Amino acid sequence: MTTAQPDHDQARRLLWQMVRIRRFEEKCVEMYSAQKIRGFMHLYIGEEAVATGIIEQLRPEDAIVATYREHGQALVRGMSAGSIMAEMYGKQEGCARGRGGSMHLFDAKTRFCGGNAIVGGGLPLAIGLALADKMQNRKAVTACFFGEGAVAEGEFHESLNLAALWKLPVLFICENNLYAMGTALRYTESKTEIAKKGDAYNVANAVVDGMDVLAVSEAAAKAIATAREGQPFLLECRTYRFRAHSMFDAELYRSKDEVTEWKKRDPITLFFDAMKAANVLSDADYAAVETEVAKEVDDSVAYAEAGTWEPVSDLTRFVYSEVTAS
Amino acid sequence: MSTTDPPKKMTYRDAVREGIRSALQNDPRVFLMGEDVGHYGGCFAVSRGLLAEFGEERIRDTPLAESAFVGAGIGAALGGMRPIVEIMTCNFSLLALDQIMNTAASLLHMSGGQFNVPLVIRMATGGGKQLAAQHSHSLEGWYAHIPGLKVLTPATLEDGYGMLASALADPDPVLIFENQTLYIMEGELPANAGPVDISSAKVRCEGKDVTILTYGASLPKSLEAAAKLAEQGVHAEVVDLRVLRPLDDATIMRSVAKTHRVLIVDEGWRSGGISAEISARIQEKAFYELDRPVQRLCSAEVPMPYAKHLEQAALPQVESIIAAVQNLVRSHG
Ligand SMILES: Cc1ncc(C[n+]2csc(CCOP(=O)(O)OP(=O)(O)O)c2C)c(N)n1
Ligand SMILES: [Mg+2]
Repeated sequence: MTTAQPDHDQARRLLWQMVRIRRFEEKCVEMYSAQKIRGFMHLYIGEEAVATGIIEQLRPEDAIVATYREHGQALVRGMSAGSIMAEMYGKQEGCARGRGGSMHLFDAKTRFCGGNAIVGGGLPLAIGLALADKMQNRKAVTACFFGEGAVAEGEFHESLNLAALWKLPVLFICENNLYAMGTALRYTESKTEIAKKGDAYNVANAVVDGMDVLAVSEAAAKAIATAREGQPFLLECRTYRFRAHSMFDAELYRSKDEVTEWKKRDPITLFFDAMKAANVLSDADYAAVETEVAKEVDDSVAYAEAGTWEPVSDLTRFVYSEVTAS
Repeated sequence: MSTTDPPKKMTYRDAVREGIRSALQNDPRVFLMGEDVGHYGGCFAVSRGLLAEFGEERIRDTPLAESAFVGAGIGAALGGMRPIVEIMTCNFSLLALDQIMNTAASLLHMSGGQFNVPLVIRMATGGGKQLAAQHSHSLEGWYAHIPGLKVLTPATLEDGYGMLASALADPDPVLIFENQTLYIMEGELPANAGPVDISSAKVRCEGKDVTILTYGASLPKSLEAAAKLAEQGVHAEVVDLRVLRPLDDATIMRSVAKTHRVLIVDEGWRSGGISAEISARIQEKAFYELDRPVQRLCSAEVPMPYAKHLEQAALPQVESIIAAVQNLVRSHG
């Protein structure tokens, strides 16, 4: 790693965030198999360094727009694991009262604006959030996560243009994991260097190794600073998902060898090994993180189990607002 | 295959795949394009194996660009090909709604009859799998609002197989809605299965007391309800609408004239839905045949919730169909 060394506490925190995502999602798989969780569930395992590196650099006033693969973003942003697990259980104690499930996590308190399962659907929303911040003289940044598959949608292009045209504080984060469901990037983009597409719209851009949390952090810090000054930024994070696209994927489209190769660059191992070699973190630190996280994950399950079902009589609530407009 | 061969056991998914395969075999102008139809094997595994059999030219993976590849399908149809465009689910078809409505459905008319669009678009529809509000809606009734389109809702293996060939033979754009929950339905496809008519509704179960008009995933539910009602001595006639545009008024009115009581079961929303259209036609054309006001059982007017108990409560179910029929029959004056 070529980037500046974090101190012990910073390093421990980055490790902790990544391990939280990993263990939480492993528990999700278990609960999916136990049929406690249903529907579509997309795992972030392998991509933890991206959400961690970026969201740790955000301020509380900043906003986040994410996709259906957003457990990691939600956890790092500070949403409680219990409220996320309960959401996936479909309980009313969930972060969206069980209305949304895995793909639609929301939390107004932390400006976590979803959980959008329409590919590309979040980008215009991010433009609007940033526009509102700008028009009201708030120095907030909107961080918008999307996969490389979304780059083919018109919204990607329309949104980059608007962001640059209107000088909006948006950070576009493309999580390039090489596949959109089962379709490899080379089958869907005539020009596969995604960051460079920013050039066409005058959006500053960079590529970063998405398996290296320190590299992501450093790139994010610069990109966020640029965005905060009203210059949108497109950051392409090269990463890889270690698991199937969703729980229904037979993975016919990629070889086991390819997955094995990428797993050698596991973002958690990569980071911990480097920190250990640099005497920043010890095995004891790792063990303590695992213990803490195991408790948090177990607690999240207990919280979800103890949760309650929203009465069916409430079925048609939240179609219209229950408060009067201001 | 000859007519003496025994019927083949398969799923609805298999039947749809066989329909696509036979279209590809029979006409070199036919090709399939859409997201993940090739290397992934189809979002719902419908096209699994077809890439190996027919190659990348004819099983064409597209980028995530619904508007562009639906538009490309329209252009290819104009240019003499016979594209089958697959959109993963009807919620995503909204990204291509402009192309479907403003171009595919309008071109023939706008061009004074010069440019017809022989395009087939297949998409999955419907709820019941806990996929929440961006993957679970039933928009077929909504598309049936649009002149220039034909809207098909295959709910049996024969229709899953045979409607495609008929749609491809049609000179105009045809939308085929495959309900997600039907893919695993098992049944038998007759050895001589082939193109089916795409203009008429079909009586799937004869009855004299009440007519249930339905389609898609509500068909098996209605048939199950009818079987249970029969045990109670109530004989429901179940009509599978099959085609939502153009609606087969004749078959509908014939059944109304026979039973004098009607329940419409529709997984779409009630307000402004296809059920409202059918109800209006009945009162226009068969008002004096009715013993009771037409009743409707539709999905609750809510974006589909994720939680299972709420989703199940939002959709028409066997029990709610039975209750609605009992109510219609009981209150007979
Ligand atoms: C508009 C739209 N089209 C298709 C889909 C179905 N779909 C869900 S995820 C996905 C792949 C997206 O890939 P990418 O953007 O690279 O994100 P990743 O899943 O790799 O994180 C597809 C095709 C969708 N949800 N929305
Ligand atoms: Mg991807």
